[in-house]
Amino acid sequence: MSEVTWVKSERQLQRERLRRVRAVRSGTVATVSTIVFLGVLAAVVTNSPGWPRVQGAFFSPEAFAEAWPDVLDGFWTNVRIFLIAEPLILALGLLVALVRTLRAPVFFPLRALAVAYTDVFRGVPTLLVILLVGFGIPALNLQGAPRDEVTLGVIALTLSYGAYVAEVFRAGIDSIHPSQRAAARSLGLSHGKTMRYVILPQAWRRVVPPLLNDFVSLQKDTSLVSTIGVIEALRQAQIYASDKFNYTPYLAGALLFVLLTIPMARFTDHLAARSQRRRGQ
Amino acid sequence: MRHDRIEGGGEPGGGEREGPVLAVEGLWKNYHGTPVLRGIDLSVEAHEVVCLIGASGSGKSTLLRCVNLLETVDDGTIRLDGIEITDVRVKADDVRRRMGIVFQAFNLFPHMTVLDNITLAPRKVHGVARAEAEERARELLDRFGLAGKAGAYPDRLSGGQQQRVAIIRALAVRPRLMLLDEVTSALDPELVTEVLGVIRELKAGGMTMILTTHEMGFCREIADTVCFLDGGVLLERGTPEQIFTDPREPRTREFLKSVLDARRI
Repeated sequence: MSEVTWVKSERQLQRERLRRVRAVRSGTVATVSTIVFLGVLAAVVTNSPGWPRVQGAFFSPEAFAEAWPDVLDGFWTNVRIFLIAEPLILALGLLVALVRTLRAPVFFPLRALAVAYTDVFRGVPTLLVILLVGFGIPALNLQGAPRDEVTLGVIALTLSYGAYVAEVFRAGIDSIHPSQRAAARSLGLSHGKTMRYVILPQAWRRVVPPLLNDFVSLQKDTSLVSTIGVIEALRQAQIYASDKFNYTPYLAGALLFVLLTIPMARFTDHLAARSQRRRGQ
Repeated sequence: MRHDRIEGGGEPGGGEREGPVLAVEGLWKNYHGTPVLRGIDLSVEAHEVVCLIGASGSGKSTLLRCVNLLETVDDGTIRLDGIEITDVRVKADDVRRRMGIVFQAFNLFPHMTVLDNITLAPRKVHGVARAEAEERARELLDRFGLAGKAGAYPDRLSGGQQQRVAIIRALAVRPRLMLLDEVTSALDPELVTEVLGVIRELKAGGMTMILTTHEMGFCREIADTVCFLDGGVLLERGTPEQIFTDPREPRTREFLKSVLDARRI
Protein backbone atom coordinates (compact mmCIF):
# COMPACT_ATOMS: atom_id res chain seq x y z
CA MET A 1 0.00 0.00 0.00
CA SER A 2 1.25 3.49 -0.76
CA GLU A 3 1.87 6.09 1.92
CA VAL A 4 -1.36 7.69 2.97
CA THR A 5 -1.28 10.28 5.72
CA TRP A 6 -4.38 11.44 7.40
CA VAL A 7 -4.97 15.15 7.74
CA LYS A 8 -8.22 15.78 9.53
CA SER A 9 -10.61 17.58 7.26
CA GLU A 10 -12.21 20.87 8.20
CA ARG A 11 -15.50 19.01 8.34
CA GLN A 12 -14.15 16.55 10.96
CA LEU A 13 -12.57 19.32 13.07
CA GLN A 14 -15.86 21.15 13.14
CA ARG A 15 -17.68 17.93 14.08
CA GLU A 16 -15.31 17.37 17.00
CA ARG A 17 -15.69 20.96 18.20
CA LEU A 18 -19.43 20.54 18.18
CA ARG A 19 -19.16 17.28 20.15
CA ARG A 20 -17.03 18.96 22.82
CA VAL A 21 -19.49 21.80 23.19
CA ARG A 22 -22.32 19.33 23.59
CA ALA A 23 -20.44 17.24 26.15
CA VAL A 24 -19.69 20.31 28.28
CA ARG A 25 -23.28 21.43 28.03
CA SER A 26 -24.81 18.12 29.12
CA GLY A 27 -22.26 17.79 31.95
CA THR A 28 -23.23 21.23 33.24
CA VAL A 29 -26.94 20.44 33.05
CA ALA A 30 -26.46 17.20 34.99
CA THR A 31 -24.41 18.86 37.74
CA VAL A 32 -26.73 21.81 38.18
CA SER A 33 -29.87 19.69 38.25
CA THR A 34 -28.36 17.32 40.82
CA ILE A 35 -27.35 20.19 43.11
CA VAL A 36 -30.75 21.85 42.77
CA PHE A 37 -32.55 18.57 43.50
CA LEU A 38 -30.51 17.77 46.60
CA GLY A 39 -30.78 21.40 47.79
CA VAL A 40 -34.56 21.39 47.49
CA LEU A 41 -34.80 18.00 49.22
CA ALA A 42 -32.60 19.17 52.11
CA ALA A 43 -34.54 22.42 52.41
CA VAL A 44 -37.90 20.62 52.51
CA VAL A 45 -36.72 18.16 55.15
CA THR A 46 -34.91 20.63 57.41
CA ASN A 47 -37.70 23.19 57.20
CA SER A 48 -40.40 20.68 58.10
CA PRO A 49 -42.09 21.45 61.42
CA GLY A 50 -40.89 18.22 63.04
CA TRP A 51 -37.26 18.44 61.90
CA PRO A 52 -35.70 19.53 65.26
CA ARG A 53 -37.29 16.52 66.99
CA VAL A 54 -36.32 14.11 64.20
CA GLN A 55 -32.79 15.46 64.27
CA GLY A 56 -32.56 14.84 68.00
CA ALA A 57 -34.12 11.37 67.81
CA PHE A 58 -32.38 10.01 64.68
CA PHE A 59 -29.20 12.01 64.20
CA SER A 60 -27.75 12.30 67.69
CA PRO A 61 -23.95 11.90 67.52
CA GLU A 62 -23.78 11.09 71.26
CA ALA A 63 -26.39 8.35 71.01
CA PHE A 64 -24.65 7.00 67.90
CA ALA A 65 -21.30 6.79 69.66
CA GLU A 66 -22.84 5.24 72.74
CA ALA A 67 -24.88 2.59 70.94
CA TRP A 68 -22.35 1.75 68.20
CA PRO A 69 -20.30 -0.89 70.10
CA ASP A 70 -23.42 -2.86 71.10
CA VAL A 71 -25.02 -2.61 67.65
CA LEU A 72 -21.75 -3.62 66.02
CA ASP A 73 -21.49 -6.51 68.43
CA GLY A 74 -25.00 -7.63 67.52
CA PHE A 75 -24.18 -7.19 63.86
CA TRP A 76 -21.52 -9.90 64.05
CA THR A 77 -24.35 -12.28 64.85
CA ASN A 78 -26.07 -11.19 61.62
CA VAL A 79 -22.85 -11.77 59.71
CA ARG A 80 -22.39 -15.15 61.34
CA ILE A 81 -25.94 -16.25 60.49
CA PHE A 82 -25.49 -15.00 56.96
CA LEU A 83 -22.16 -16.74 56.42
CA ILE A 84 -23.48 -20.07 57.70
CA ALA A 85 -26.83 -19.86 55.92
CA GLU A 86 -25.45 -18.82 52.53
CA PRO A 87 -23.56 -22.01 51.64
CA LEU A 88 -26.39 -24.12 53.05
CA ILE A 89 -28.90 -22.24 50.89
CA LEU A 90 -26.73 -22.64 47.79
CA ALA A 91 -26.41 -26.37 48.40
CA LEU A 92 -30.12 -26.86 49.09
CA GLY A 93 -31.20 -24.70 46.16
CA LEU A 94 -28.88 -26.46 43.75
CA LEU A 95 -29.96 -29.88 44.99
CA VAL A 96 -33.67 -29.06 44.59
CA ALA A 97 -33.09 -27.58 41.12
CA LEU A 98 -31.14 -30.67 40.03
CA VAL A 99 -33.78 -33.03 41.37
CA ARG A 100 -36.31 -31.19 39.24
CA THR A 101 -34.25 -31.89 36.10
CA LEU A 102 -34.41 -35.68 36.63
CA ARG A 103 -36.77 -37.26 34.15
CA ALA A 104 -36.67 -40.98 35.00
CA PRO A 105 -39.92 -42.32 36.50
CA VAL A 106 -38.15 -43.71 39.58
CA PHE A 107 -37.38 -40.17 40.65
CA PHE A 108 -41.02 -39.10 40.57
CA PRO A 109 -41.42 -38.97 44.38
CA LEU A 110 -38.26 -36.89 44.75
CA ARG A 111 -39.35 -34.59 41.96
CA ALA A 112 -42.80 -34.15 43.48
CA LEU A 113 -41.20 -33.40 46.83
CA ALA A 114 -38.95 -30.75 45.24
CA VAL A 115 -41.93 -29.09 43.55
CA ALA A 116 -43.96 -29.15 46.76
CA TYR A 117 -41.05 -27.70 48.71
CA THR A 118 -40.51 -24.75 46.36
CA ASP A 119 -44.23 -24.06 46.15
CA VAL A 120 -44.74 -24.06 49.91
CA PHE A 121 -41.65 -22.20 51.03
CA ARG A 122 -41.90 -19.49 48.41
CA GLY A 123 -45.47 -18.91 49.50
CA VAL A 124 -44.96 -18.67 53.26
CA PRO A 125 -43.52 -15.35 54.54
CA THR A 126 -39.97 -15.73 55.85
CA LEU A 127 -40.99 -14.30 59.22
CA LEU A 128 -43.62 -17.01 59.61
CA VAL A 129 -41.11 -19.73 58.76
CA ILE A 130 -38.75 -18.33 61.38
CA LEU A 131 -41.48 -18.30 64.02
CA LEU A 132 -42.67 -21.82 63.14
CA VAL A 133 -39.16 -23.28 63.14
CA GLY A 134 -37.95 -21.20 66.09
CA PHE A 135 -40.80 -22.14 68.40
CA GLY A 136 -42.03 -25.35 66.77
CA ILE A 137 -38.88 -27.48 66.66
CA PRO A 138 -37.90 -26.98 70.34
CA ALA A 139 -41.52 -27.67 71.35
CA LEU A 140 -41.29 -31.12 69.79
CA ASN A 141 -38.90 -32.09 72.60
CA LEU A 142 -37.09 -34.35 70.17
CA GLN A 143 -33.80 -35.70 71.30
CA GLY A 144 -30.97 -34.05 69.42
CA ALA A 145 -33.20 -31.35 67.94
CA PRO A 146 -31.46 -27.97 68.09
CA ARG A 147 -32.57 -25.51 70.75
CA ASP A 148 -30.09 -22.75 70.11
CA GLU A 149 -31.87 -19.75 68.57
CA VAL A 150 -29.11 -18.94 66.10
CA THR A 151 -29.15 -22.51 64.74
CA LEU A 152 -32.93 -22.45 64.48
CA GLY A 153 -32.74 -19.08 62.72
CA VAL A 154 -30.23 -20.49 60.23
CA ILE A 155 -32.47 -23.50 59.57
CA ALA A 156 -35.51 -21.29 58.98
CA LEU A 157 -33.66 -18.91 56.66
CA THR A 158 -32.16 -21.82 54.74
CA LEU A 159 -35.57 -23.40 54.22
CA SER A 160 -37.13 -20.15 53.10
CA TYR A 161 -34.32 -18.91 50.84
CA GLY A 162 -33.51 -22.37 49.52
CA ALA A 163 -36.82 -22.31 47.66
CA TYR A 164 -36.02 -18.99 45.96
CA VAL A 165 -32.49 -20.01 45.10
CA ALA A 166 -33.72 -23.34 43.69
CA GLU A 167 -35.90 -21.40 41.26
CA VAL A 168 -32.98 -19.15 40.30
CA PHE A 169 -30.84 -22.22 39.57
CA ARG A 170 -33.65 -23.86 37.63
CA ALA A 171 -34.10 -20.76 35.48
CA GLY A 172 -30.35 -20.70 34.88
CA ILE A 173 -30.31 -24.36 33.84
CA ASP A 174 -33.31 -23.85 31.54
CA SER A 175 -31.63 -20.84 29.93
CA ILE A 176 -28.82 -22.96 28.46
CA HIS A 177 -29.67 -23.78 24.86
CA PRO A 178 -30.78 -27.41 24.25
CA SER A 179 -28.07 -27.75 21.59
CA GLN A 180 -25.45 -27.70 24.35
CA ARG A 181 -27.15 -30.66 25.97
CA ALA A 182 -27.43 -32.44 22.63
CA ALA A 183 -23.72 -31.87 21.95
CA ALA A 184 -22.74 -33.24 25.35
CA ARG A 185 -25.06 -36.24 25.19
CA SER A 186 -23.91 -37.05 21.66
CA LEU A 187 -20.35 -37.33 22.99
CA GLY A 188 -21.62 -40.05 25.32
CA LEU A 189 -21.80 -37.96 28.50
CA SER A 190 -24.50 -39.14 30.91
CA HIS A 191 -27.20 -36.80 32.22
CA GLY A 192 -25.20 -36.23 35.40
CA LYS A 193 -21.92 -35.53 33.62
CA THR A 194 -23.66 -33.27 31.11
CA MET A 195 -25.05 -31.26 34.02
CA ARG A 196 -21.78 -31.16 35.88
CA TYR A 197 -19.35 -30.31 33.10
CA VAL A 198 -21.48 -28.55 30.50
CA ILE A 199 -24.78 -27.13 31.77
CA LEU A 200 -24.05 -26.04 35.35
CA PRO A 201 -20.79 -24.17 34.66
CA GLN A 202 -22.59 -22.09 32.05
CA ALA A 203 -25.74 -21.69 34.12
CA TRP A 204 -23.67 -20.64 37.14
CA ARG A 205 -22.34 -17.57 35.33
CA ARG A 206 -25.82 -16.49 34.42
CA VAL A 207 -27.31 -16.90 37.89
CA VAL A 208 -24.65 -15.03 39.86
CA PRO A 209 -26.38 -11.61 39.59
CA PRO A 210 -29.86 -12.86 40.64
CA LEU A 211 -28.24 -14.97 43.38
CA LEU A 212 -26.45 -11.92 44.71
CA ASN A 213 -29.75 -10.10 44.75
CA ASP A 214 -31.23 -12.86 46.89
CA PHE A 215 -28.23 -12.78 49.20
CA VAL A 216 -28.47 -9.03 49.72
CA SER A 217 -32.05 -9.69 50.67
CA LEU A 218 -30.90 -12.51 52.97
CA GLN A 219 -28.45 -10.21 54.73
CA LYS A 220 -31.30 -7.92 55.64
CA ASP A 221 -33.61 -10.76 56.60
CA THR A 222 -31.09 -12.08 59.14
CA SER A 223 -32.55 -9.35 61.34
CA LEU A 224 -35.88 -11.26 61.37
CA VAL A 225 -34.37 -13.89 63.66
CA SER A 226 -34.55 -11.27 66.43
CA THR A 227 -38.19 -12.37 66.75
CA ILE A 228 -37.17 -15.71 68.23
CA GLY A 229 -34.82 -14.14 70.73
CA VAL A 230 -31.50 -13.74 68.95
CA ILE A 231 -29.75 -10.57 70.08
CA GLU A 232 -28.46 -9.20 66.79
CA ALA A 233 -27.97 -5.67 65.42
CA LEU A 234 -31.64 -4.74 65.12
CA ARG A 235 -32.46 -6.16 68.54
CA GLN A 236 -29.54 -4.29 70.12
CA ALA A 237 -30.69 -1.07 68.50
CA GLN A 238 -34.22 -1.75 69.70
CA ILE A 239 -33.02 -2.32 73.26
CA TYR A 240 -31.12 0.92 73.19
CA ALA A 241 -33.97 2.82 71.53
CA SER A 242 -36.56 1.79 74.09
CA ASP A 243 -34.15 2.44 76.91
CA LYS A 244 -33.02 5.93 75.87
CA PHE A 245 -35.94 7.01 73.66
CA ASN A 246 -33.52 7.69 70.85
CA TYR A 247 -33.65 6.05 67.43
CA THR A 248 -30.13 6.85 66.28
CA PRO A 249 -29.01 3.21 66.86
CA TYR A 250 -31.41 2.15 64.10
CA LEU A 251 -29.45 4.40 61.80
CA ALA A 252 -26.24 2.77 63.01
CA GLY A 253 -27.75 -0.61 62.17
CA ALA A 254 -28.84 0.60 58.73
CA LEU A 255 -25.33 1.90 58.07
CA LEU A 256 -23.82 -1.48 58.95
CA PHE A 257 -26.16 -3.37 56.61
CA VAL A 258 -25.37 -0.97 53.77
CA LEU A 259 -21.64 -1.31 54.44
CA LEU A 260 -22.00 -5.06 54.06
CA THR A 261 -24.01 -5.06 50.83
CA ILE A 262 -21.93 -2.54 48.87
CA PRO A 263 -18.70 -4.58 48.90
CA MET A 264 -20.76 -7.60 47.90
CA ALA A 265 -22.13 -5.78 44.86
CA ARG A 266 -18.60 -4.70 43.87
CA PHE A 267 -17.38 -8.27 44.31
CA THR A 268 -19.99 -9.58 41.86
CA ASP A 269 -19.04 -6.90 39.34
CA HIS A 270 -15.46 -8.05 39.74
CA LEU A 271 -16.43 -11.68 39.15
CA ALA A 272 -18.46 -10.80 36.08
CA ALA A 273 -15.61 -8.73 34.66
CA ARG A 274 -13.12 -11.50 35.32
CA SER A 275 -15.13 -14.17 33.53
CA GLN A 276 -15.60 -11.72 30.66
CA ARG A 277 -11.83 -11.19 30.47
CA ARG A 278 -11.09 -14.88 30.72
CA ARG A 279 -13.35 -15.67 27.81
CA GLY A 280 -12.13 -12.71 25.83
CA GLN A 281 -8.43 -13.53 25.67
CA MET B 1 0.56 -38.91 7.66
CA ARG B 2 -0.69 -41.56 10.05
CA HIS B 3 -4.15 -42.34 8.83
CA ASP B 4 -4.55 -45.19 11.25
CA ARG B 5 -5.00 -42.63 14.01
CA ILE B 6 -8.11 -41.20 12.42
CA GLU B 7 -9.77 -44.46 11.71
CA GLY B 8 -12.47 -45.70 14.02
CA GLY B 9 -12.58 -49.00 15.76
CA GLY B 10 -10.72 -48.04 18.92
CA GLU B 11 -13.52 -49.51 21.02
CA PRO B 12 -13.27 -53.16 22.01
CA GLY B 13 -15.47 -55.23 19.75
CA GLY B 14 -15.81 -52.36 17.32
CA GLY B 15 -13.06 -53.47 14.99
CA GLU B 16 -13.30 -55.03 11.57
CA ARG B 17 -16.16 -57.46 11.11
CA GLU B 18 -18.39 -58.73 8.34
CA GLY B 19 -21.52 -56.81 7.42
CA PRO B 20 -22.44 -53.15 7.39
CA VAL B 21 -21.39 -50.75 10.13
CA LEU B 22 -24.83 -49.24 10.16
CA ALA B 23 -28.09 -50.79 9.01
CA VAL B 24 -31.33 -48.84 9.12
CA GLU B 25 -34.52 -50.73 8.34
CA GLY B 26 -38.04 -49.40 7.92
CA LEU B 27 -37.39 -46.30 10.01
CA TRP B 28 -40.38 -44.09 10.78
CA LYS B 29 -40.37 -40.86 12.73
CA ASN B 30 -43.30 -38.52 13.38
CA TYR B 31 -43.31 -35.03 14.81
CA HIS B 32 -46.67 -34.12 16.32
CA GLY B 33 -48.43 -36.62 14.10
CA THR B 34 -46.67 -35.52 10.92
CA PRO B 35 -44.39 -38.17 9.42
CA VAL B 36 -40.86 -36.85 8.87
CA LEU B 37 -39.23 -40.16 8.01
CA ARG B 38 -41.31 -42.75 6.20
CA GLY B 39 -39.80 -46.20 6.15
CA ILE B 40 -36.14 -45.42 5.53
CA ASP B 41 -33.79 -48.28 4.63
CA LEU B 42 -30.11 -47.48 4.59
CA SER B 43 -26.95 -49.46 5.07
CA VAL B 44 -23.42 -48.15 5.41
CA GLU B 45 -20.36 -50.33 4.95
CA ALA B 46 -17.05 -49.81 6.74
CA HIS B 47 -15.03 -46.95 5.20
CA GLU B 48 -18.02 -45.92 3.10
CA VAL B 49 -18.96 -42.25 2.79
CA VAL B 50 -22.71 -41.79 2.36
CA CYS B 51 -24.00 -38.39 1.38
CA LEU B 52 -27.64 -37.49 2.06
CA ILE B 53 -29.08 -34.82 -0.20
CA GLY B 54 -32.54 -33.36 -0.45
CA ALA B 55 -34.50 -30.19 0.16
CA SER B 56 -34.89 -28.63 3.61
CA GLY B 57 -37.41 -30.64 5.60
CA SER B 58 -36.81 -33.83 3.62
CA GLY B 59 -35.67 -35.59 6.81
CA LYS B 60 -31.87 -35.66 6.39
CA SER B 61 -31.04 -34.14 9.76
CA THR B 62 -33.76 -36.11 11.53
CA LEU B 63 -32.28 -39.33 10.15
CA LEU B 64 -28.86 -38.43 11.59
CA ARG B 65 -30.40 -37.47 14.93
CA CYS B 66 -32.25 -40.81 15.03
CA VAL B 67 -29.03 -42.71 14.32
CA ASN B 68 -27.39 -40.84 17.22
CA LEU B 69 -30.44 -41.66 19.39
CA LEU B 70 -31.04 -37.97 19.98
CA GLU B 71 -34.56 -38.75 18.77
CA THR B 72 -36.63 -41.82 19.65
CA VAL B 73 -37.80 -43.70 16.58
CA ASP B 74 -41.47 -44.47 15.99
CA ASP B 75 -40.90 -47.67 14.04
CA GLY B 76 -38.14 -49.71 12.45
CA THR B 77 -34.69 -50.67 13.62
CA ILE B 78 -31.18 -49.24 13.55
CA ARG B 79 -28.22 -51.60 13.93
CA LEU B 80 -24.68 -50.52 14.70
CA ASP B 81 -22.18 -53.30 13.98
CA GLY B 82 -25.03 -55.75 13.87
CA ILE B 83 -26.38 -54.84 17.29
CA GLU B 84 -29.79 -53.22 17.45
CA ILE B 85 -29.41 -49.81 19.10
CA THR B 86 -33.11 -48.95 18.90
CA ASP B 87 -33.78 -51.74 21.41
CA VAL B 88 -35.24 -49.94 24.44
CA ARG B 89 -32.92 -51.87 26.74
CA VAL B 90 -29.81 -50.47 25.06
CA LYS B 91 -28.23 -47.56 26.86
CA ALA B 92 -28.09 -44.53 24.60
CA ASP B 93 -24.84 -43.33 26.19
CA ASP B 94 -23.09 -46.58 25.23
CA VAL B 95 -24.21 -46.15 21.63
CA ARG B 96 -23.33 -42.48 21.36
CA ARG B 97 -19.81 -42.97 22.63
CA ARG B 98 -19.14 -45.08 19.55
CA MET B 99 -20.24 -42.37 17.12
CA GLY B 100 -19.32 -38.78 16.56
CA ILE B 101 -21.85 -36.21 15.42
CA VAL B 102 -21.05 -32.71 14.21
CA PHE B 103 -23.80 -30.11 14.04
CA GLN B 104 -24.48 -27.22 11.71
CA ALA B 105 -24.12 -24.70 14.56
CA PHE B 106 -20.85 -26.23 15.94
CA ASN B 107 -22.26 -26.39 19.50
CA LEU B 108 -18.86 -26.04 21.13
CA PHE B 109 -18.91 -25.55 24.89
CA PRO B 110 -18.32 -21.80 25.25
CA HIS B 111 -16.98 -21.96 28.81
CA MET B 112 -14.15 -24.33 27.91
CA THR B 113 -10.95 -23.84 25.97
CA VAL B 114 -10.52 -25.66 22.67
CA LEU B 115 -8.37 -28.25 24.43
CA ASP B 116 -10.97 -28.86 27.15
CA ASN B 117 -13.73 -29.13 24.58
CA ILE B 118 -11.81 -31.88 22.83
CA THR B 119 -10.61 -33.78 25.90
CA LEU B 120 -13.88 -33.72 27.87
CA ALA B 121 -15.39 -36.90 26.41
CA PRO B 122 -12.16 -38.93 26.27
CA ARG B 123 -11.46 -38.09 29.91
CA LYS B 124 -14.92 -38.21 31.45
CA VAL B 125 -16.56 -40.89 29.31
CA HIS B 126 -13.69 -43.10 28.17
CA GLY B 127 -11.49 -42.71 31.23
CA VAL B 128 -8.40 -41.62 29.32
CA ALA B 129 -5.78 -39.89 31.48
CA ARG B 130 -5.53 -36.13 31.02
CA ALA B 131 -1.99 -36.16 29.65
CA GLU B 132 -2.81 -38.80 27.09
CA ALA B 133 -6.08 -37.13 26.04
CA GLU B 134 -4.31 -33.79 25.65
CA GLU B 135 -1.52 -35.31 23.64
CA ARG B 136 -3.98 -36.80 21.18
CA ALA B 137 -5.97 -33.55 21.08
CA ARG B 138 -2.84 -31.56 20.25
CA GLU B 139 -1.92 -34.08 17.59
CA LEU B 140 -5.33 -33.63 15.94
CA LEU B 141 -5.20 -29.84 16.31
CA ASP B 142 -1.79 -29.89 14.65
CA ARG B 143 -2.98 -31.99 11.79
CA PHE B 144 -5.96 -29.77 11.08
CA GLY B 145 -4.06 -26.51 11.23
CA LEU B 146 -5.18 -25.33 14.66
CA ALA B 147 -1.94 -25.84 16.54
CA GLY B 148 -1.94 -22.40 18.16
CA LYS B 149 -5.55 -22.51 19.28
CA ALA B 150 -5.50 -25.09 22.10
CA GLY B 151 -5.87 -22.49 24.84
CA ALA B 152 -8.37 -20.26 23.04
CA TYR B 153 -12.06 -20.03 23.90
CA PRO B 154 -14.50 -20.80 21.06
CA ASP B 155 -15.81 -17.23 20.73
CA ARG B 156 -12.30 -16.13 19.71
CA LEU B 157 -12.30 -18.45 16.70
CA SER B 158 -13.75 -17.99 13.23
CA GLY B 159 -16.70 -20.14 12.22
CA GLY B 160 -14.45 -22.39 10.13
CA GLN B 161 -12.06 -22.87 13.03
CA GLN B 162 -14.93 -23.60 15.42
CA GLN B 163 -16.33 -26.21 13.07
CA ARG B 164 -12.92 -27.85 12.70
CA VAL B 165 -12.67 -27.99 16.50
CA ALA B 166 -16.14 -29.56 16.62
CA ILE B 167 -15.01 -32.22 14.16
CA ILE B 168 -11.87 -32.88 16.19
CA ARG B 169 -13.99 -33.10 19.34
CA ALA B 170 -16.09 -35.81 17.72
CA LEU B 171 -12.96 -37.57 16.42
CA ALA B 172 -11.17 -37.56 19.74
CA VAL B 173 -13.12 -40.56 21.00
CA ARG B 174 -12.10 -42.63 17.95
CA PRO B 175 -15.66 -43.13 16.73
CA ARG B 176 -16.75 -46.07 14.61
CA LEU B 177 -18.95 -43.78 12.57
CA MET B 178 -19.06 -40.03 12.00
CA LEU B 179 -22.30 -38.14 11.37
CA LEU B 180 -21.87 -34.70 9.82
CA ASP B 181 -25.02 -32.59 9.71
CA GLU B 182 -24.79 -29.61 7.34
CA VAL B 183 -21.39 -28.81 8.73
CA THR B 184 -20.69 -25.99 6.30
CA SER B 185 -24.14 -24.40 6.12
CA ALA B 186 -23.49 -21.80 8.83
CA LEU B 187 -20.16 -20.72 7.36
CA ASP B 188 -19.15 -17.85 5.12
CA PRO B 189 -18.15 -19.15 1.67
CA GLU B 190 -14.44 -18.47 2.17
CA LEU B 191 -14.46 -20.61 5.34
CA VAL B 192 -16.20 -23.60 3.77
CA THR B 193 -13.04 -24.81 2.03
CA GLU B 194 -11.07 -25.37 5.23
CA VAL B 195 -13.84 -27.51 6.73
CA LEU B 196 -14.26 -29.54 3.55
CA GLY B 197 -10.51 -30.12 3.62
CA VAL B 198 -10.87 -31.77 7.01
CA ILE B 199 -13.63 -34.06 5.77
CA ARG B 200 -11.50 -35.02 2.76
CA GLU B 201 -8.76 -36.03 5.11
CA LEU B 202 -11.17 -38.11 7.19
CA LYS B 203 -12.15 -39.99 4.07
CA ALA B 204 -8.53 -40.53 3.17
CA GLY B 205 -8.07 -42.01 6.64
CA GLY B 206 -10.86 -44.49 5.99
CA MET B 207 -13.46 -43.01 8.33
CA THR B 208 -17.01 -44.30 7.86
CA MET B 209 -19.25 -41.26 7.48
CA ILE B 210 -22.77 -40.14 6.79
CA LEU B 211 -23.09 -36.52 5.85
CA THR B 212 -25.85 -34.20 4.84
CA THR B 213 -24.87 -31.27 2.69
CA HIS B 214 -25.98 -28.63 0.24
CA GLU B 215 -22.52 -28.50 -1.36
CA MET B 216 -23.32 -30.63 -4.39
CA GLY B 217 -19.84 -30.35 -5.91
CA PHE B 218 -18.30 -31.57 -2.70
CA CYS B 219 -20.90 -34.33 -2.35
CA ARG B 220 -20.05 -35.58 -5.80
CA GLU B 221 -16.35 -35.56 -5.03
CA ILE B 222 -16.38 -37.20 -1.64
CA ALA B 223 -19.34 -39.59 -1.57
CA ASP B 224 -19.15 -43.29 -2.35
CA THR B 225 -22.92 -43.38 -2.25
CA VAL B 226 -25.43 -40.58 -2.65
CA CYS B 227 -28.95 -40.88 -1.23
CA PHE B 228 -31.72 -38.53 -2.25
CA LEU B 229 -34.40 -37.96 0.37
CA ASP B 230 -37.74 -36.47 -0.51
CA GLY B 231 -40.57 -35.98 1.97
CA GLY B 232 -39.13 -38.50 4.40
CA VAL B 233 -38.64 -41.20 1.76
CA LEU B 234 -35.27 -42.41 0.51
CA LEU B 235 -36.22 -41.99 -3.12
CA GLU B 236 -33.01 -42.83 -4.89
CA ARG B 237 -29.66 -44.27 -4.06
CA GLY B 238 -26.62 -44.59 -6.28
CA THR B 239 -23.06 -43.63 -7.01
CA PRO B 240 -22.41 -39.89 -7.33
CA GLU B 241 -21.76 -40.43 -11.01
CA GLN B 242 -25.16 -42.01 -11.56
CA ILE B 243 -27.17 -39.61 -9.36
CA PHE B 244 -25.62 -36.44 -10.75
CA THR B 245 -25.49 -37.39 -14.42
CA ASP B 246 -28.36 -39.79 -14.85
CA PRO B 247 -30.90 -39.66 -12.01
CA ARG B 248 -33.71 -42.17 -12.41
CA GLU B 249 -36.37 -40.31 -10.46
CA PRO B 250 -37.96 -37.14 -11.87
CA ARG B 251 -37.97 -35.61 -8.32
CA THR B 252 -34.21 -36.10 -8.07
CA ARG B 253 -33.68 -34.46 -11.45
CA GLU B 254 -35.91 -31.56 -10.41
CA PHE B 255 -34.07 -31.07 -7.13
CA LEU B 256 -30.62 -31.15 -8.72
CA LYS B 257 -31.71 -28.75 -11.42
CA SER B 258 -33.07 -26.25 -8.87
CA VAL B 259 -29.84 -26.45 -6.87
CA LEU B 260 -27.71 -25.93 -9.94
CA ASP B 261 -29.89 -23.04 -11.11
CA ALA B 262 -29.52 -21.39 -7.73
CA ARG B 263 -25.73 -21.65 -8.03
CA ARG B 264 -25.70 -19.84 -11.36
CA ILE B 265 -27.42 -16.75 -10.03
